[in-house]
Amino acid sequence: MSRVLSPLAILGALTLSALAALGRLAIFTGQTFAHMIRPPFYLKEFGAALMNVGYFSLPVIGLTTLFTGGALALQIYAGGARFSAEAVVPQIVAIGIVRELGPVMVGLMIAARVTSSIAAEIATMKVTEQLDALVTLSTHPMKYLTVPRVLAGIIVVPVLVAVGNIIGIMGGWAVAVGTLDFNSATYLQNTADFLETSDIVTSLAKGAVNGGIATLMGCYYGMNSGRGAMGVGKATKGSVEAAAVLILAANFILTGIFFSS
Amino acid sequence: MIRFENVHKAFGSNHVLRGVNLHIPKGESMVIIGGSGTGKSVALKSVLGLVTPDSGTILVDGKDSTKGDHDAFLARFGMLFQGGALFDSLPVWQNVAFRLMRGSLKRPSDEARAIAVEKLRRVGLKEEVADRFPAELSGGMQKRVGLARAIAAEPEIIFFDEPTTGLDPIMAGVINDLIREIVVEMGATAMTITHDMSSVRAIADKVAMLHDGVIQWTGPVADLDKSGDPYVTQFISGSAEGPIEAVR
Repeated sequence: MSRVLSPLAILGALTLSALAALGRLAIFTGQTFAHMIRPPFYLKEFGAALMNVGYFSLPVIGLTTLFTGGALALQIYAGGARFSAEAVVPQIVAIGIVRELGPVMVGLMIAARVTSSIAAEIATMKVTEQLDALVTLSTHPMKYLTVPRVLAGIIVVPVLVAVGNIIGIMGGWAVAVGTLDFNSATYLQNTADFLETSDIVTSLAKGAVNGGIATLMGCYYGMNSGRGAMGVGKATKGSVEAAAVLILAANFILTGIFFSS
Repeated sequence: MIRFENVHKAFGSNHVLRGVNLHIPKGESMVIIGGSGTGKSVALKSVLGLVTPDSGTILVDGKDSTKGDHDAFLARFGMLFQGGALFDSLPVWQNVAFRLMRGSLKRPSDEARAIAVEKLRRVGLKEEVADRFPAELSGGMQKRVGLARAIAAEPEIIFFDEPTTGLDPIMAGVINDLIREIVVEMGATAMTITHDMSSVRAIADKVAMLHDGVIQWTGPVADLDKSGDPYVTQFISGSAEGPIEAVR
């Protein structure tokens, strides 16, 4: 009997553990947003977070979206050639980048670059008692560390998505014009004509959600890290995994909400 | 000034504090000694709210430490952490002046810097150190910066968590003397936790021995060698034989 129940017990324990983790994350998220609207506000830390999340991420965002746009143009051209639809490259590149690949690529790059660094930094602060030191200096760690970073993520990642979308489309344009013999002006005109305002708005909205998820996961795992170097390593790894999965899941849900009709 | 009344704290099945009772009068320097893992840090952190006791009360000036305005409560304290706990991302002077640049004690940046430089001088560091980052300093210098930060806002109560850990004997002696001088000069109430006997003799007015989650003995530092308490005797002699198990 116990052998039959054992897998069920394991499943139950895993479910309870997952629900507890979800509950802790929900409480952390709620506390973060509650602290956002209550003073004190640390503007200097917010400015530093804007620079770290936004400005210093531009090179990696630019390069990844440039190559993604170029590869997408080549794929659409090759695939479209099977049913004589090579001419739709500008339209499909534009919609593919703006609706999906731009926000997702930027979100994943932010998870790789920013989430990991936030988690490692805060986890190290925890291990070296810097978080305790903040408390003894009458400074709430969540207000000082989490709120500026999450707010910066929500505000600046949509800007990165906008920049990434433009660079991605230009990557497709460069490949199409340079190697596939498309006319430059026609390509750009087709792109502009095909995109709608709602495509851009939903793209930026996805960026805000992804930015929030990426920074929140870094802070959550950092604040809850274990002891020692292994604790810091686990927190960093866990933060990137959680951010990547949640960004893709949120993207799927948002796509369903925005475009199901 | 600080009074522990039957304070208990457990982490899972590990009962660290099992009814701590201790009184630290105003202006006195109390040193808590005890082996590693006996709950010294937990006792100290319980006062500041960094650890929440399971039961019992900690009173500061007769008021429950968990009640009232916590920020105002913490503004009365300074703390030197074992590893310094300096903020890596801030230059030294901003670490020292951290409390003076935010919250109720906020003042203009120039003034905060001037106070930080003065406190750095007080702990024997030159002004050039002010603009360096903590990672550029030696362990002894980091301790001094931590000490300068602890006293920057002129607190009434100062806590020292293992102030000489990781330092060579000469630097440990320098830090001990600095702590003693500063505590006397400021008239502050001090609570230090350590297992370094040279620190105990240099810093303490009174000593408390924590073992098995309770205060085994307390008395003036002058009575330490003639306490007659088997735990204290074993601890200060560093003997493997006695009531304290050598293997923990």
